[in-house]
Amino acid sequence: METVDILRVVWFLLIGFLFIGYSILDGFDLGIGSLFPFLSKTDEERKRLFKSVGPFWDGNEVWLLTGGGALFAAFPHAYATVFSGFYLAFMFLLFSLIARAVSIDFWHYDEKRKKIWERAFVIGSFLPSLLFGVALGNCIIGIPLNENFDFTGNFFILLRPYPLVMGILGLFMIMLHGASYAVLKTDGEMRERGYRIAKKLWILFMVAFILSFIVTVIWAPGFLGKIPAWIFALLVIVFWILLGISINRKKNGLCFLFSSLLFISLWGIVGSIHFPYLVRASNNPEYNLTIYNASSSPLTLKVMLLIAIIGMPFVIGYTIYVYKVFKGKV
Amino acid sequence: MSAVLLSRIQFALAAGFHFIFPPTTFGLTLIILFLETLYLKRKEEIYLKTSNFLIKILGIVFVLGTATGIVLEFAFGNNWSNYSRVVGDIFGAPLAAEGIFAFFLESVFLGVLVFGRKRVSRRVFWLSAFLVFFGAHLSGLWIIIANSWMQTPMGFKIEGGRAILTNFFEAAINKSTVIRYIHTVVAGWITGSLLVAGISAYYLLKDRFREYAKLLLKVSLIIFIITSIVQLFTGHSHSVQVTHTQPEKMAAYEALWETQKGAPLSLFAIPDENKEKNYLFIGIPKLLSFLVSGDTDYEVKGLKEFPKDERPPVIIPFYSYHIMIFLGTYFILISLIGILLFFKKKIYDTRWYLKVLLFSIPLPYLANEFGWIAAEVGRQPWAVYRVLRTADAASPSVPAGQILFSLIMFFIIYLFLFIIFIYLMKRFVKKGIEEVSREEGY
Repeated sequence: METVDILRVVWFLLIGFLFIGYSILDGFDLGIGSLFPFLSKTDEERKRLFKSVGPFWDGNEVWLLTGGGALFAAFPHAYATVFSGFYLAFMFLLFSLIARAVSIDFWHYDEKRKKIWERAFVIGSFLPSLLFGVALGNCIIGIPLNENFDFTGNFFILLRPYPLVMGILGLFMIMLHGASYAVLKTDGEMRERGYRIAKKLWILFMVAFILSFIVTVIWAPGFLGKIPAWIFALLVIVFWILLGISINRKKNGLCFLFSSLLFISLWGIVGSIHFPYLVRASNNPEYNLTIYNASSSPLTLKVMLLIAIIGMPFVIGYTIYVYKVFKGKV
Repeated sequence: MSAVLLSRIQFALAAGFHFIFPPTTFGLTLIILFLETLYLKRKEEIYLKTSNFLIKILGIVFVLGTATGIVLEFAFGNNWSNYSRVVGDIFGAPLAAEGIFAFFLESVFLGVLVFGRKRVSRRVFWLSAFLVFFGAHLSGLWIIIANSWMQTPMGFKIEGGRAILTNFFEAAINKSTVIRYIHTVVAGWITGSLLVAGISAYYLLKDRFREYAKLLLKVSLIIFIITSIVQLFTGHSHSVQVTHTQPEKMAAYEALWETQKGAPLSLFAIPDENKEKNYLFIGIPKLLSFLVSGDTDYEVKGLKEFPKDERPPVIIPFYSYHIMIFLGTYFILISLIGILLFFKKKIYDTRWYLKVLLFSIPLPYLANEFGWIAAEVGRQPWAVYRVLRTADAASPSVPAGQILFSLIMFFIIYLFLFIIFIYLMKRFVKKGIEEVSREEGY
């Protein structure tokens, strides 16, 4: 393998790392938002939920921003194809992210419109949780592209069964993760409610996981030959069982740990069936976007790698520190 | 309307609205850092309270900055996919670096500032204030690097229709980066300090929180006075740089049609782009030549020097540039009056001057917006100067109808956010320093 190819593989992994970081961290506050009406009944409880994500959500969202920026820098063609091809979906994603970002602060200060901001927080969390999976599902199963790598389909092509099931799987994963975070950060009645919700989601997750296996058999049987994907699938099942045990025994720390590991294993499956592709072309294999034909120049990849090596250890270090500062129940 | 035009309007709206917040952050984090430093040294309540009050305001400003900033980062892929393909090798890196080096730092430690007063030691709290200040300004640097590369691209070669990076430092620190960055940061300090000065003036006028307001007014007004005078020089250097690196842009700023020695500095004109001439031109002879070179006979290039399809529009850059300079001059004027009142020790009791400060709060925002309009429209017809035309940069796969829809949605959402933002700011100010600074973090 040439140096440039090593760099490309490294960047595939690094972007995966950023997406995983985003999933684990922003995943829990998206989950809290999506489950908001179920987790909280009174104003006091709603306040506690907001407080549980208050100091963190902004930093968490930077993982998405950085992931997007890294994709742009390392694989500009993939960034261009996906972001312009899924234009409407991205617009709804952006409207949602704006709504939820402001809703957390505005709820607290703008007493007259509390209801509006609650809804903005719920919808603004629910929609992205669903859309991320749909978008990823489309990249995996492929979309129609032309020789310039531009999307040639219409909006409804994005809503085929395979991507939709991926969307639902992602949504349940995020919700389950949110419930695991809720039991970690709350106590008393709220935590009991959190456990009950987590139990239901634990089952729903497996339903969606089996469903995703079925749609793969029907629409993408080629993926079944990928051995690493099977290993990660096995891990999904192991962590799912461990998560179930932790929920039953009410070990809130372990719940969050196993829910995070479950999320990472899901990403492992995605990475295994998708590598080295970034976006598959459903109409012509020549238009497939891979890490080889979509990447930046070796110099850019090298400079970026240096930036990541210098910067990311600090990011991880102080993020852990600040989480420790705000440790404990709200 | 064409898809390209709609995308341009959408980008202008998204960038213009976003740019209300970063300059405010620059100014606020500077003042907060200053107050926290005093608090660390002198341990007096007054610094704690005033800083807490500003941190609450910063919290809202920062959230809006994040929410509207993510739109911009995605916009290059959403609306400008050809741009992303052609220059992504260079342009993506500063955006990613902004996240890794700066934005993480800023957002994570903002959490400590807003929520963590009781959870960390004084030193750690001060450090958090410093890191938010540092992160915000570093974040700005990476964005300015990206923009400056569009204005004065360097450190690359064209290969197979794409710009390929050849030298990272040349690309990052190109001919306009440093001065554009300084000019933008100083503009932010002017903006934030006048905001705080205006709020303090309001309290003095209403005779509330006199001690706090006096402190805040003193700190912010001193920053405002220094920065608004410094801005005269950074603005001058920036203009000199534009004259040398993007001469057609300077010609548009000055509505200068003919290349001439001893070019005049325009004060007013009604440019006519079709007839290539000005009506009602008022200018100071030879001053433009003198300012950009130190020589009254220096030859400045006029618009006719450039092919018609490579000229920027004239009217928008001309007026934006002049309004910005007019506002800058106004800031210097109120600064000079401020110095006078400081020396006479009448600053806290001169009601008309306090009113001037209060009602001038929006003006730096206007100056910022017009400055950027001048810079960006003045770069046209290029997205990347002499490398890629804006018309060739848009996303071919996005239908105009979808862009129209998103544009309308952004307009409605941003209008709504703006109204709520103003409402909350007013509410903070009305509630007052005591109560807001005591409120538990949010």
